[in-house]
Amino acid sequence: MNLTIATFVLLGLAATGYLMGRRRAVRVTGGNTALLHSRPVYHGWYVALACGLPAIALWLAAIVIGDTLIDGAVIASLPQDLQQASTPVLNRFLTDAHTLSLGGTPTIEITPALEQAAADYARLDALRGWIGFVGAFAVGLVAFGFSYRRIAVTTRTRQPVERVLMIVLLIAAAISILTTVGIVFSVLFESLRFFHKVPLFEFLFGLQWSPQIALRTDQVGSSGAFGILPLLVGTAMVTVIAMLVAGPIGLLSAVYLAEYAKPRVRAFAKPMLEILAGIPTVVYGFFAALVVAPWLRDAGATIGLDVASESALAAGFVMGIMIIPFVSSLTDDALAAVPKALRDASYGLGATQQETITRVILPSALPGIVAGLLLAVSRAIGETMIVVMAAGLAANLTANPLEAVTTVTVQIVTLLVGDQEFDSAKTLAAFALGLVLFIITLGLNVIALRVVQKYREKYD
Amino acid sequence: MTEMTANPPAAIHSGKAAQARLRRRYGAERRFRLICMGTLAIAAVFLVILIGSIVLRGWSGFLATEMELTVTLDPAQIDAANPAQGNYRTIVVDALQREFPDVTSRSDIRALLGMVSNGAFVKLQNMVTADPSLIGQTIDIWVPAASDIDMLNKGYIERDAPEELRRVDDQTLAWIDTFEADGRMKTVFNWTFFTTGDSREPELAGIAGAALGSFWMLLVTFLVSFPTGVAAAVYLEEFAPKKRWVDIIEVNINNLAAVPSIVFGLLGLAVFLNLMHLPRSAPLVGGLTLALMTLPTIIITTRAALKGVPPSIREAAYGIGASPVQAIAHHVLPLALPRLLTGAIIGMAQALGETAPLLMIGMVAFIVDLPHGPMDAATALPVQIFLWADSPERGFVEKTSAAIMVLLGFLIFMNGIAVFLRQRFEVRW
Repeated sequence: MNLTIATFVLLGLAATGYLMGRRRAVRVTGGNTALLHSRPVYHGWYVALACGLPAIALWLAAIVIGDTLIDGAVIASLPQDLQQASTPVLNRFLTDAHTLSLGGTPTIEITPALEQAAADYARLDALRGWIGFVGAFAVGLVAFGFSYRRIAVTTRTRQPVERVLMIVLLIAAAISILTTVGIVFSVLFESLRFFHKVPLFEFLFGLQWSPQIALRTDQVGSSGAFGILPLLVGTAMVTVIAMLVAGPIGLLSAVYLAEYAKPRVRAFAKPMLEILAGIPTVVYGFFAALVVAPWLRDAGATIGLDVASESALAAGFVMGIMIIPFVSSLTDDALAAVPKALRDASYGLGATQQETITRVILPSALPGIVAGLLLAVSRAIGETMIVVMAAGLAANLTANPLEAVTTVTVQIVTLLVGDQEFDSAKTLAAFALGLVLFIITLGLNVIALRVVQKYREKYD
Repeated sequence: MTEMTANPPAAIHSGKAAQARLRRRYGAERRFRLICMGTLAIAAVFLVILIGSIVLRGWSGFLATEMELTVTLDPAQIDAANPAQGNYRTIVVDALQREFPDVTSRSDIRALLGMVSNGAFVKLQNMVTADPSLIGQTIDIWVPAASDIDMLNKGYIERDAPEELRRVDDQTLAWIDTFEADGRMKTVFNWTFFTTGDSREPELAGIAGAALGSFWMLLVTFLVSFPTGVAAAVYLEEFAPKKRWVDIIEVNINNLAAVPSIVFGLLGLAVFLNLMHLPRSAPLVGGLTLALMTLPTIIITTRAALKGVPPSIREAAYGIGASPVQAIAHHVLPLALPRLLTGAIIGMAQALGETAPLLMIGMVAFIVDLPHGPMDAATALPVQIFLWADSPERGFVEKTSAAIMVLLGFLIFMNGIAVFLRQRFEVRW
């Protein structure tokens, strides 16, 4: 049974339930629907949910449980050497067999074993489909009959339907929690496996980062070195450069827009900043690699400086441009929250506008501005494409911004793009780096929120 | 203090020192104002340089160089029963040799053939396959030129450069001049760029595959994140009890909005690929990953939109006997819809420009075929830009910039719709 068709048939059953339930509700009143306890629509939904929910639930259960059973059956019929293969290899094989059975192109070579597994998948999938579908449809029909017959003038269907709706809404709200839990667990599990291979201490305090690709198992240094410090230093350097560009420009341009600019300038400058904010990071990366980096190298050469073509300066500078609108809009919000009375009081004492801004408005907006800058830092640390395209790949423990450095995000990308072996320390290291990145950005975010809450002045 | 006693009090505001002080203060005022204005100007200059450098590099990517060949479709080279298997390479070589009869050595012939793109063979093959009656005829046909010739024609390879530093040698240059003098070389609009998928050859590479991949991905993203986001926002804004766990959900959503996109890529890799065994490189997986990423944005904008509908609307609905659910579904949501859609479109625009999470879930593969559904292997526009930006061939630079222009075009279009919706349907209470 085709999964899509079966799902649509079950949904069709629910839709029929909706239409028939609504019609019956109108009919039982003899046309005067004002007599009904609940609107006819609710009766329709009542029937639709009563037959649709159990049917779809059963159907989904059949798919999920069936998947496990089918995987087990396919694995059992595989050749010995594949059954003994490591979990990632086996998983990849199964995924590809499944892809092949659905008519797709597998990522690995097509072998007889793969074709056999694909055929097994096709057969078992069909069987599972039929069993699940017939069961779900039967349950749906029975529920349909019961709920349909219950519809009467006094039946209260609004309450149960709205209760179901509430549950649906709650689930939607909980998905964000699930996402967080998913992030934490997915990076945490792989990270724990990584820390089995590489001690946590070595990871956090090692000065060497070289996750080499082992061409041969007996190769010297094939295990690689996984010290995160050079990456953190590189990330910090790029971030500092970015903030040196974005901080002053974003802050002062926001001050100008909020305090000085005429409406006409605002009408022009606001969209400009929005465009700057809307440009995809890959475009900034291209700009950094193709325009800024060569320009910096040439400029460095004319004054006798040796600038690497993948210097931290180029990446950080362009990242700074990217973050300007972010800083600017958060500062703007903070400035807008300062009450007008403070400004007026300052002007009343004879202060100039500049004195008012630097001595009254900025200090009272400071918590908001600091929070905004912290969020910008977190943004810069997590930014990927600019550094992937414009910063270096080799870890380099240096304090010279003209040299090439690498960052945490660059390493995650280089470790995970291309062929992956899921058990190697190299691939797992990417998840450990992801965990570090997640903790740092989350920490900055939490601190930013605390700063706002703790130091915000209440004016009313 | 000594100053105070030396001057009478009135002089504090009118004396020489006071005037100097005032001048200094006004000077500081002017300087500060200029600096602030300057920073805004700097931001504007950055934007102009950014867009300008991309347009300057990219406009020529929309153009292609073609050459006219007089081709004899020799029946000896093409089997009429199976025209797809014809020896089109030899046919093109023959055509070129007839053009330059004095070229005889093998290496020179290879250089001659190097002027024409591989697309020429494909074009001939498609023509003959579509119309086998052409076999045996001699026809004039415009074929795409090789990337180096294209670059030369557009002026990216300098003719004056010494031969050993030039990718096109003097001999080829002479051949090209002959073509040009005969009017058999022209610059046309590059339709290939908009109709094909990726290619190793810059002159044959197109963005249609990537654009379609982005389309399927955004479709999945929208279908997942819009209903879920709106439902979550409605719950949190209208129905959630004021309890601790609801606060946790709120804080969590705000934190999620600040999580780097690459971490969502790791989540997609671990959950959708490794756990659920969905196919790699599929727009479905990309769409789901991006949906989780845009969810916080949509929830936050939807809540703002719901807050914007005044309580009087809800109270009026309650007053005529509506239940809370009915008040929301029949009155509040329809009124909030324009702002809701605006938020959704802005979220989609963000998702369209996102690259990093897609690298994690294998959407960086070299894919020539156009994807016909969310399960086909595909890449996305920004990823295509990333891939081309990494290519060493000179011809890909203009293609990358051109692709960026197309991507920016889509983004401007989407944001334009959002602005239009906001202005056209926004109700002020």
